[in-house]
Amino acid sequence: MQIWIAKQKALIDFTLSSLARRKLKNLGLLLVYTVIVFLLASVMLYTHALRHEAAQVLKNSPEVIVQRMVAGRHDLIPPRYLEKLGRIRGVQHNEGRLWGYFYDNVVSANYTLMAPSQESHGFGQVADGKIVIGAAVARERGLAPGNLISFRSYTGKLFVFTVAAVLPHEAELVSADLLLLSEADFRAFFDIPAGYYNDIALSVANPQEVRNIAGKISEALPDARIILREEVLRTYESIFNWREGIVLVLLSGSILAFAIFAWEKASGLSAEEKREIGILKAIGWETGDVLKMKFWEGALVSLAAFLLGYVAAYLHVFHFSAALFEPVLKGWSVLYPRFELVPVVDGFQIVTLFFFTVFPYTVATIVPIWRAAITDPDAVMRG
Amino acid sequence: MIKLTDIRKAYHQGQHNELWALNGIDLTIEANKVTALSGPSGSGKSTLLTLIGCMARPTSGRVQLGERDISGLPERFLTDIRRKTFGFVFQQFNLISGLSARDNVMLPAYPLGGDWRALHARADALLDSLKLGQRRDARVEWLSGGERQRVAIARALINDPQVLIADEPTANLDTALSREFMEILESLKQQGKTIILTSHDPLVVESNVVDRVVYLRDGHLVEAER
Repeated sequence: MQIWIAKQKALIDFTLSSLARRKLKNLGLLLVYTVIVFLLASVMLYTHALRHEAAQVLKNSPEVIVQRMVAGRHDLIPPRYLEKLGRIRGVQHNEGRLWGYFYDNVVSANYTLMAPSQESHGFGQVADGKIVIGAAVARERGLAPGNLISFRSYTGKLFVFTVAAVLPHEAELVSADLLLLSEADFRAFFDIPAGYYNDIALSVANPQEVRNIAGKISEALPDARIILREEVLRTYESIFNWREGIVLVLLSGSILAFAIFAWEKASGLSAEEKREIGILKAIGWETGDVLKMKFWEGALVSLAAFLLGYVAAYLHVFHFSAALFEPVLKGWSVLYPRFELVPVVDGFQIVTLFFFTVFPYTVATIVPIWRAAITDPDAVMRG
Repeated sequence: MIKLTDIRKAYHQGQHNELWALNGIDLTIEANKVTALSGPSGSGKSTLLTLIGCMARPTSGRVQLGERDISGLPERFLTDIRRKTFGFVFQQFNLISGLSARDNVMLPAYPLGGDWRALHARADALLDSLKLGQRRDARVEWLSGGERQRVAIARALINDPQVLIADEPTANLDTALSREFMEILESLKQQGKTIILTSHDPLVVESNVVDRVVYLRDGHLVEAER
């Protein structure tokens, strides 16, 4: 065993000096291969982390949301609906929610406005005349707690609010464009009469019964649209899958070009390399030794590229907010959430990426050597 | 002792360009002696050297190393014998450029997996004994012809082989360097090494260091020994 280790050490040592001798070629290969791994790993890490994040956020969202539809459009929930829902067995809790969108001409961005209840969202109640704003809104409008901000509502009335707080940066994924108002201010701003809500959030006693309860709700309220949390989760999942697919399709051309280049460089054997293999065989190396040495060469380059590419992708995604893919993979309209994803790494993804990058490259370096390495050692003497 | 019996070697056998390089060679090479194979170009000297050094197998005939018949052994075993028993100095030196003199010297020992420090020390000692100690870290393409040949000799000796094989060792050297080479051969002979070389350089074949000269022509032995 010790001899075997010493032998591998010697082979790796020679391989390293061999790689150093062809610095330009090998550094080029390393760079190209690192870029391929970096791109693939970035997409994989990013979409995985985003999916994870969305799942975490949605975990605390209501199990069932009921909206009222009029002529196929979302309409306000009238007062008696809450009472009707409360009578359905299995409904643990129901609560009317107030939220809406507002277009701000100043920064050409859409805001999401909400009147939070005590239970929901954990942001607490907002006093009349006050407003709590998302971090992206604060950035765009240059606001800090204590500042005043005015909006002209859709009815033409001017409303002035005092900024009570800025929502925490960590919650930016869901709150970048959020404005929280008191219920009275919200109703006044959007001119929504008392007792009316945008939708109703329900929680159910037994999660197994969600679909049954949904059936009962649609019987009791035929004009209601029922949205289940599991459906939202599934929709998010398919959106992120779709976005991941789009990015991969966009990148596939360049990744393929890079891959062909790397393969061609790795598998091509120069006359100088052939001569060296002949010398090694003549001075006592076996075909197997030459193959092992070339195996280490391929393995060292691709492993280094894999590690460098993966670490770079990790930093890109989790420390630089995936700056390269930002426009495609996240965000909406103008206010892009600026947030750092919680690092989530999936072992299976690493193994998959490793198998599809390190393995083919190593094979690409060994195959042509095989042909050169089985030449007779006396070729050197005769040549 | 190396014994060759009715050795024949063909290249491209069965094809239109079939060539018989050796036609029935019977030869015994004594241990601890310097034997030179001489003859004109194409006489079969180098081919004979490759068969003796286990680099190739004869088409027919037997090669015996001591009491062991090695002519029919598969490549794996031949390689093992080659690296433990023989050291080679090639006509073009065949050093690997880009590597230092010391790295080149250590190359044949890598597949054996010995102690790393001991190998370094052995390589340094060999380079010192060949007066190349101060050039050990220089890349081989920066060395002169004579220095390169001494690196090639050190490389041939790194596994402490019993037999040193040299193919036209003075073909690329001037007279002074050729004499220097013969001095090295003499000291190796004194250390008990068996040396087999090919040459048609009078400076080599007429040298006192050479114990025996075997002449070849057209793949046959022309036994005009000295």
